[in-house]
Amino acid sequence: MSATTAASAPVLTSTPIALPPPSSFARRFAHNPTAMVSLILLTLIVLVAVFAPYLAPHDPARSSLRNILKPPSAMYLLGSDDLGRDVLSRLIFASRLSLVASVQAVAIALGIGLPLGLISGYVGGWVDTIIMRFNDALMSFPALILAVVIVGLLGPSLTNAMTAIGLVYAPRIMRVVRASTLSVRQEVYITAARATGCGDARIIMRHVLPNVTGPLVVQATVLMGQALLAEAGLSFLGLGVQPPEASWGAILGTAFPYMAQSPVPTIAAGLVISVTVLCFNLIGDGIRDSVGRMRRAGD
Amino acid sequence: MTALCLNVEDLHVVYDVGSTALGRRRRLHAVNGVSLAIPPGETLGLVGESGSGKSTTGLAILRLIEPASGSVRLGNTDVAGASRQEIRKLRRRMQIVFQDPFSSLNPSMTIQTLLEEPLLIHTDMPASERRAMVGKTLEAVGLHPGYAVRYPHEFSGGQRQRVAIARAMIVRPEFVVLDEPVSALDVSTQSQILNLLKTIQTESGTAFLLVAHDLAVVRLMSPNVAVMYLGEIVETGPSARVYDQPAHPYSAALISAVPFPDPQRQRGDRIILRGDLPNPMAPPSGCRFRTRCPFAMDVCTAEVPLPVPIEGGGTASCHLHTHGPRLGGQSLRPLIHTRRMQMV
Repeated sequence: MSATTAASAPVLTSTPIALPPPSSFARRFAHNPTAMVSLILLTLIVLVAVFAPYLAPHDPARSSLRNILKPPSAMYLLGSDDLGRDVLSRLIFASRLSLVASVQAVAIALGIGLPLGLISGYVGGWVDTIIMRFNDALMSFPALILAVVIVGLLGPSLTNAMTAIGLVYAPRIMRVVRASTLSVRQEVYITAARATGCGDARIIMRHVLPNVTGPLVVQATVLMGQALLAEAGLSFLGLGVQPPEASWGAILGTAFPYMAQSPVPTIAAGLVISVTVLCFNLIGDGIRDSVGRMRRAGD
Repeated sequence: MTALCLNVEDLHVVYDVGSTALGRRRRLHAVNGVSLAIPPGETLGLVGESGSGKSTTGLAILRLIEPASGSVRLGNTDVAGASRQEIRKLRRRMQIVFQDPFSSLNPSMTIQTLLEEPLLIHTDMPASERRAMVGKTLEAVGLHPGYAVRYPHEFSGGQRQRVAIARAMIVRPEFVVLDEPVSALDVSTQSQILNLLKTIQTESGTAFLLVAHDLAVVRLMSPNVAVMYLGEIVETGPSARVYDQPAHPYSAALISAVPFPDPQRQRGDRIILRGDLPNPMAPPSGCRFRTRCPFAMDVCTAEVPLPVPIEGGGTASCHLHTHGPRLGGQSLRPLIHTRRMQMV
């Protein structure tokens, strides 16, 4: 090697091409068929949400009183609802609200849970005790009931509902982050960072945080599905999205009473919710498996 | 006497290990009054079996574990009494290389980021200079600078240890603790890393504290050696003297446990230690080694042995020099030989 001087490097053991190609996280994820199918499906759903105005055959808000509770036909592919609106168009437009609402809830859960979990796990001691007791109290409540109470206090709107869901899910993020932080804190490379001269803030941000993202991403993906479900539940109860806007849960809620006359809208809305939640969960599983293999490959 | 790079006096490390049923704190005295001195550019070997407190000593000197008491001076700077802020600044002058290069490098950081970090913290070099410095340091440890973009898991153990050495040396410290730097590596890689460390030391004039259980490694690397047993230093001196003419039965036992390729020599005057280290929570009275010592006398139970100067350099803390056979600083070899003859 040309750059070597005899005095400074007596044994040059390495050549720039000797290493095997890195087995990347993306590659392992791509080899997981279930996760890949879920990812493709979810991408489709997101695309549908983005291009809703171009895809929807009808105006989702326009009602036609002559076409109430019609069964599926060439005009109304999934039938019409009790106000004569096209269910397919409503589902297409509702995907926007539902997805944004889930992201909002998970973002709030992350915003609260991530820093508190990091601090709790890294600092330990009485700080940890206080944060965790608070956490336990929040977790001992049934999530949906707590959300209903919060929405009751703040007033019904989608933003309030999702803030409530985010608050309710924050402890779950916190637990995962804290547990990972506790184990990462014991690693020799954290001591090495201290030996280098890193301060606590730098150690948390640069050394702990990147190494807890694996389990964190898994938990966040699963929570996306759960938030979607919780939003559907709250909207079904009338505590979430307010008419005339619609989310999948709201559509399910309005279609449900007429299930005997017109079962298709109920089934369609339920199916969309289930498939999307399933996609989130399976993607989460896929990420978890791929991350796990990366850890082992590191040894 | 020339100025010392590192001077440690009467260092104690105490671990709190919970409390008894009656609420009394249980304490573990991991390091019990250790004193060391290393001149600039020299290596001191610190040997002992697992659990003797040698790694703890290294970590406590760097304040990675808080010492209970004692003085640590790096040049003219007080390390043991420094505040948290002062310690962070001091870390530019004292570094460490850990035993296991698989766990001491953050798996989520590239080699570039890993090596840049000390420069970011301790210097105000611009990015281009930092990159050049990383490349230069990688070359100095025998790695191609193009490797900087890779992650630790893409490297072999020996290569990772080179990265760890580069991280320690990049800020040009005065003193580095080498905590079992080669014991996690293949034998063939060990000698490469040891040679690298020697070369680096010749060039940089850095003082090393080499913590190791492998006596061959210590003999190769360091002119002086200190032998630890149960948190105390039992013998010090020039490596050649301690190896050939050990003056403490524990050193003699450690050295006789090293296998020789020659079967004739193998059966020489060996001391075989029985049993394990005593419980460090309740160390034996008097001499801590007496429970396993083949030459233990009554005085060993009653009195703590003090360091006795040994012929050929160094000290040994053993009653055999002042009581019983009264060796008076001579080697233990004849005594071991006689004992073996009696047993045969």
